[in-house]
Amino acid sequence: MPTAATDTLSADADEARVIDFRTAPDRYHHWDLRIDGRIAWLGLDVDEQATIGEGYELKLNSYDLGVDIELHDAIQRLRFEHPEVGCVVVHSKNERVFCAGANIKMLGRATHAHKVNFCKFTNETRNGIEDASAGSGLGFLCAVKGSCAGGGYELALACDEIILADDGASAVSLPELPLLAVLPGTGGLTRLVDKRHVRRDRADFFCTIEEGIRGKRALDWRLVDSIVPSSAFDAAIAARAGELAAASDRPADATGVALTPLARRIEADALHYDHLDIRLDRATRLATFTLRGPLDELPGSLDEILAQGAAFWPLALMRELDDAILHLRFNEEEIGTWMFKSEGDVARVLAADALLEAHAENWFVREVCLFAQRVLKRIDVSARTLVAAVEPGSCFAGTLLELVLAADQSFMLDGGFEDDERPPADIALSAANFGRLRMVNGLTRLEARSLDDPGAVARLEALRTEPLDAARAEELGLVTFIPDDIDWEDELRILVEARAGFSPDALSGLEANIRFPGPETMESKIFARLSAWQNWIFQRPNAVGEKGALVLYGTGERPQYDKRRV
Amino acid sequence: MAQVDYSELIPNNVDLASDRRLKRALEAWHPKFMDWWCNYGPDQYQDKAVYLRTAVSVDKDGWAQFDHVRMPDYRWGIFLAENNRDEKTINFGEHKGEPVWQEVPGEYRGPLRRLIVTQGDTEPASVEQQRILAATAPSLYDMRNLFQVNVEEARHLWAMVYLLMAHFGRDGREEAEELLERRSGDPDKPRILGAFNERTPDWLSFYMFTYFTDRDGKYQLASLAESAFDPLARTCQFMLTEEAHHMFVGETGVARVIQRACDLMREHRTDDVRKFGAIDLPTIQKYVNFHFSVSEDLFGAEQSTNAANYFTQGLKGRYMEARIKDDHLLKDSPYSVTDLVDGELRQQEVPALTAINERLRDDYIADCQRGVDRWNKLIKEAGIDFEITLPHRAFHRQIGVFSGAHVTPQGKVVDAATWAAREYDWLPSPADHEYVQSLMQQVTEPGRFASWIAQPRIGINNQPIEFPYVKL
Repeated sequence: MPTAATDTLSADADEARVIDFRTAPDRYHHWDLRIDGRIAWLGLDVDEQATIGEGYELKLNSYDLGVDIELHDAIQRLRFEHPEVGCVVVHSKNERVFCAGANIKMLGRATHAHKVNFCKFTNETRNGIEDASAGSGLGFLCAVKGSCAGGGYELALACDEIILADDGASAVSLPELPLLAVLPGTGGLTRLVDKRHVRRDRADFFCTIEEGIRGKRALDWRLVDSIVPSSAFDAAIAARAGELAAASDRPADATGVALTPLARRIEADALHYDHLDIRLDRATRLATFTLRGPLDELPGSLDEILAQGAAFWPLALMRELDDAILHLRFNEEEIGTWMFKSEGDVARVLAADALLEAHAENWFVREVCLFAQRVLKRIDVSARTLVAAVEPGSCFAGTLLELVLAADQSFMLDGGFEDDERPPADIALSAANFGRLRMVNGLTRLEARSLDDPGAVARLEALRTEPLDAARAEELGLVTFIPDDIDWEDELRILVEARAGFSPDALSGLEANIRFPGPETMESKIFARLSAWQNWIFQRPNAVGEKGALVLYGTGERPQYDKRRV
Repeated sequence: MAQVDYSELIPNNVDLASDRRLKRALEAWHPKFMDWWCNYGPDQYQDKAVYLRTAVSVDKDGWAQFDHVRMPDYRWGIFLAENNRDEKTINFGEHKGEPVWQEVPGEYRGPLRRLIVTQGDTEPASVEQQRILAATAPSLYDMRNLFQVNVEEARHLWAMVYLLMAHFGRDGREEAEELLERRSGDPDKPRILGAFNERTPDWLSFYMFTYFTDRDGKYQLASLAESAFDPLARTCQFMLTEEAHHMFVGETGVARVIQRACDLMREHRTDDVRKFGAIDLPTIQKYVNFHFSVSEDLFGAEQSTNAANYFTQGLKGRYMEARIKDDHLLKDSPYSVTDLVDGELRQQEVPALTAINERLRDDYIADCQRGVDRWNKLIKEAGIDFEITLPHRAFHRQIGVFSGAHVTPQGKVVDAATWAAREYDWLPSPADHEYVQSLMQQVTEPGRFASWIAQPRIGINNQPIEFPYVKL
C-alpha cells in the first residue's frame, strides 16, 4: 500500500516519491475482504489517515487513489485466487455512510494531471468490475446503507445489482454538479442512462440535486434494483448474494492461483521485470519496452498450466506490463512516447496462444485471456504516443502482435541489420487476434484497422500462424512502415523527436480521437466523455479558479461562476 | 366528509383562510397528524382534561391561554413572530445587507429543506420518546408538564410542516408526510438524529432530556431564527418562547430531584438516600454525563463544510448573530477548537467559518453550565459537599473528532481497557437504570409527590400546587 506522497499528486509537494500499485490484502488499509464459501464480502472501511498524498483526510469513507489501488487489487485477486467465489458483495463497514465518493480536498489540491490519471484508473477498475461480471461470471451485488454519493454511487452503478436500505435516510446521489461544479468522473452519467436506462429527464433532475433520492422513488426511477427495510437488510443481501453465486458458472471446487508479489527493480532510467525491461531516454522522453517471449518450455497440459500459476508466461508477462503501464502513467508523466519491442521465438508465442485457445473453457485460462484484454485496453486509453518497432529476433505474434496493432504508428524492419546473423523478422496472427482481445469500442484491433474492407478480417483469418515478413505485413495492412536497415534508425529517431516536439495535450487529443474508429460502447463513451467534458471542466475557472467550486469546497466560501455558457 | 373550518380549528397568523394551496395541503395532512397523535402521542390519557397553555395569537395576551382541554382537542396553531420591521436585511454571510427573503431561493431550496426537515423531525420524535411516561408520573403537576411539552413539540412540528407546505411544493408535502412516518427507535424508519432514537425510559431521563436535549433545540432554533429566509426566522423566533418552558421543566425537574436527595441527606445524616427511595447525587451526575454528551453530538462535527456553507449562504447564523461584534462574513477569521491529535487533546486554530458548529456548541455548553451552577447552589445551601459538573466535551462522543476515542469526564484520554473498567463510574449502569426504574410509581393525588422528588415552589399559572392539573 502506498502511503508516500508524490510529486504528481500535489503541486506543492517537494519530494518526488513513487506511487506503487502493488499491494495485497494483508496490507490493505481501507478494505476488508472476507470469503465465505461462494460469496466474497468486500467491505469499505476507509482509514482517514492513510492517504496517498498530504493535506487531506479521507472522511466519510471517501477515497483517493490509494483506496482504489486496493479495490483494484481485491478484484484482481478474487478473479485469480478465488475461483470458488460466485458473487461479491460490495458494502460499507461504516454505519452511516456507504461511500462519499472521491475525496474533494484531495481533488482540490491535486494537479490536473493527477486528477485525470486518477479518474482514468478508477474508471478502469469499475470497468473491470463489469468485465468480471460479463466475462467471468462473477456477480457483483452492492449493499447500500447510509449515504452513497458521487463516486460512491458510481461504484454501485458498476455492480450488477444495487440494494438500498429503505430507512428514510439512505440515499443515492450524484451531487457533483450542484456541489462542486464538475461532473461525476467515473461513468456515472453514462451508466445512469445507458446501463440502468434511467429516463433522461429524471437523470437530469437527479444530477442537479445535492441530497439525492431515497426509498421508493429511487426504486421507481431505476436508480436501484430493490429497497429493503433496515431490519431485513442483512438477510436480503445474504439471500440475493446466494442466488447470484448459485447462478455463476465459476467452479466451486477449484483451487485458486496465488498472485505472487511482482519482482520489480527501478533504476534511474530503467525498470526491470522478469519478462520485461523498460529503458527511459529522458532527452527524447521515450520509454522503450522490451517484452520477452516464453523463456522455457510451455506447459504441456492444463494441469501443468495450473501448476505454473502466476509463473505461466501469458499471465506473468501481462502482470508485469500492467504494473509498468500504471507506473509510467503516474510516475513518469513526461515520458510521452512508449515504444514496444520484443525478443523471443514467434513459434513459442503462437504455441502459448494455442494453449489458451485449447483450454479456453477453463476458469484460469479464461481469466488469463480476459486479463490480457484489460491490459491491452489500458494501453489503448493511455495518453501516450504508442509506437511498435519490429526487428529481427522479435516475437510479435498473436497476443503480442496486438501491441503492433495498438500502436499509433508501427515500423517493421525490411530485411536484416548489417552484421546481424539473425534472420529477418516475421510477425504472425493467431486466434487471439480474432475476437478474444477487443478494444473498448467492442472491435478487435484488426477490425478497427480495416473498416474500409469488410472482407479483410476473414482473409487474414485464413493466414493464422503463417509467418509474415515485412513486405507481406505491409501489404496486408498490419504495419505502417517497413524501412530497411539504412533508414531504420533515422525513421524511428525522426518520429520520436517529432512527437517530443509537439504539444502533449494536442497529441493526447489526436491519438484518442483516432484510435477508436467505428461504433461506441458504454465503455468507450465513458472514456471519451471523461476526456472531452470532465477534463475540460476540470481546467475551467468555474471549477479550479481561485473562486472555483472545487477549490472553495469545504471553506464555506461561495464559488463565483463565469456566467457565460460555452 | 364533514366540512371542517380549518381557520377556526387552527389558530394562525399566516392568513390560512385565504391561502388555498396551503389549506388544501393541510386538509390532507391534518387527519394523518391526528392519527399519529392518537397512536404515537401520549399513551392512555388522551380523553382526560389537562390544564394546558394554548397559543391563539402571538401577542402578549394570546400566546399563553390556560384552560382544561383534552389533548386531541388542543388547537395546534401556526404562528410566526410578528414582522416588527418593514425593511429587514440579512445579518450575515454572502448576502449580508440584502433584503431578507420571503420566498425560498431556488439555489438554496435543497439545503433549506434539509434544515427544516432535520429540525422538524426532532419534534414528533420527542413526543414518541416520551409517550409512556405519564403512567409513572410523580405527580399530576409533572404529568401536566409532560403533556404541555408534548403538545408544544407537536405544535413545533406544525410550524415546520407549515414551512414545508407553504414554500417547498410537492417535495415539501412529501417531507411533511414522512415526518409522521419515521418513528423514534424504529430500526426500519428511525428518526434522523441519533439522540432522538434513544429511549426516555424514566422521569429522571425526561428531565435531563428537557434540560440538555431541548436546549440543543433552543440553540438550533436560535441560529435558524437568524436565517435570511424570513418565514423560517420568524417561525423559529416564536418557537423559542415555548422552548423556554421545556427547559424550565428540565431545570426545575432536576433541581427537585437534587433537592429531595439533599433534604434526605440532611435529615438522616447519610449519603445513602436510596434507602429512603430517592436518587443519590452520584447517580444524578451519571445521568448528567450521559445526556450532556449525547446532546453535544447533536451539534455535529467540530469542523463542518455544511455548516460553513449554511452560514455563507445566509441559511443558518450563529447564536445571537446581531450581537456578535465582527464582520459577520468570517472569511479570514480563526476560531479555536479542541482537537484530538496523536491521542492528545489540544486547542487548534481553524477557520471560523468551518467551526460554526463548534461555536454554537461552546455557547450551548456555557448555557448548560448556568443551570448546573444553580443546582450546585441548592446543594451548597443544604450544606452538602458535592458538586455536579459537566463532563469534558470529548467525553462519550459518537460524532466528530472524539468519536471512537475514550476520554474521561475530566478530559483525560485513556485506553479501551480503562474505559471498559470505569464506564459505569461515569455513565448510568444497568443497575442504576434498574434502580431509577424501580422508583417510577405513578402518584395521582393532587398535591402529592413521589418519594424521589421535591414539590415545586409554585404551581402553573399561579395555581396552587394541589390544583387538579390533570382531571383523571
